[in-house]
Amino acid sequence: MRALLLRDLRLALRAGGGFGLALAFFLIVVVLVPFSVGPQTALLSVIAPGILWLGALLACLLSLDRLLALDFEDGTLDLMVTAPLPLEAALSVKALAHWLTTGLPLVLVAPVLGLMLNFAPGGYVWLVASLALGTPALSVIGTFGAALTVGIKRGGLLLSLLVLPLYVPTLIFGAEAARRGAAGLDATTPLLLLAGITLATIACMPFASATVLRMGLR
Amino acid sequence: MELHVTDLNLARAGVPVLTGVSFALQPGKALILRGPNGAGKTTLLRTIAGLQDALSGHITGAEDRIAYAGHADGLKAMLSVSENLTFWAQVFGQRSIVDALAAYALEPLAERFAGTLSAGQKRRLGLARLLVTGRPLWVLDEPTVSLDAQAVAMFADAVRAHLAGGGAALIATHIDLGLDAEVFDISPFRATTNTRAGASDEAFL
Repeated sequence: MRALLLRDLRLALRAGGGFGLALAFFLIVVVLVPFSVGPQTALLSVIAPGILWLGALLACLLSLDRLLALDFEDGTLDLMVTAPLPLEAALSVKALAHWLTTGLPLVLVAPVLGLMLNFAPGGYVWLVASLALGTPALSVIGTFGAALTVGIKRGGLLLSLLVLPLYVPTLIFGAEAARRGAAGLDATTPLLLLAGITLATIACMPFASATVLRMGLR
Repeated sequence: MELHVTDLNLARAGVPVLTGVSFALQPGKALILRGPNGAGKTTLLRTIAGLQDALSGHITGAEDRIAYAGHADGLKAMLSVSENLTFWAQVFGQRSIVDALAAYALEPLAERFAGTLSAGQKRRLGLARLLVTGRPLWVLDEPTVSLDAQAVAMFADAVRAHLAGGGAALIATHIDLGLDAEVFDISPFRATTNTRAGASDEAFL
């Protein structure tokens, strides 16, 4: 399993691995928002939590179709299914590698970009906490979507449509936690719900992903 | 442990292709699978490898003992030859890739990215992967595609060494490998019925 994690990280960091893709997209969204809504700092600081969360979610979505499609095209998935590694574990590891190369950089860069949106100074802890708790769920759910569409050529659009509804609860509670933190309110409840969603998806989703992937490979 | 295939009925994309396939494969033996294009060789091999389900019938002695090599080699273009092999060795719990590199004369290419290899070199790397799995039963689908005569000889040597070590091999191929192996022609098992009993979307119609 460590071999698979290291291989995925190495592939992501090498040329053409798509490591910077999500990060660049997130940056572009957040940089463009002040231009599109105008330079009103009061308005920006109101919408900042929502924009940051939406940007992170879309950036995550953007990199999903590479998650399994590349391994499917070169035959690695077939070989992986016949390997001694349980498919559930392999998919969990792939989701972890996706989070480390996509979600984690987004979490780390979010405070910097928050500054550009005039994010309320007291809310940074909550923003980072909500993203750190929420983005793993995005990767795990995304792995399920990728497994579901694995046999389909250019299935990126279908993947997005399938995954978006599953992302909604995470987005609602994540953005709510960040908003409350920025407004100086108690954000514990949405954070706990967010953590609950993430833990539940990490526990259950790999089994669903492995099942649909086995069907998809037939 | 023998591989036993009993009364296997197979479908591809919902259309039955083979019915009543039965054979056995003892350790130390190889079985060459023959049949015209579209006869169902790949379907049979994928079913034995556990990648798809049979309509009916039994396969014993295959689970967790198989190293499968299909049409695609499962190589990562942006990893070097030795990184590709090391990955599979670690997945299968093996340590050394030295023997596998030597068997297919891949040492001079060890540090090259797999994406820069020629088609034949890629195939040699894909076949070298079998040696680092440590699995006793090789299931190979057209393993000699894009290999030159010299590489085919390397492959035949590797199979002979594998058989001598108590392994077994099931190979679908059209060329003569010079192996002392039984030939199993699957064309008599061609399914004639026009039922759509194996349609994968059956449940949704």
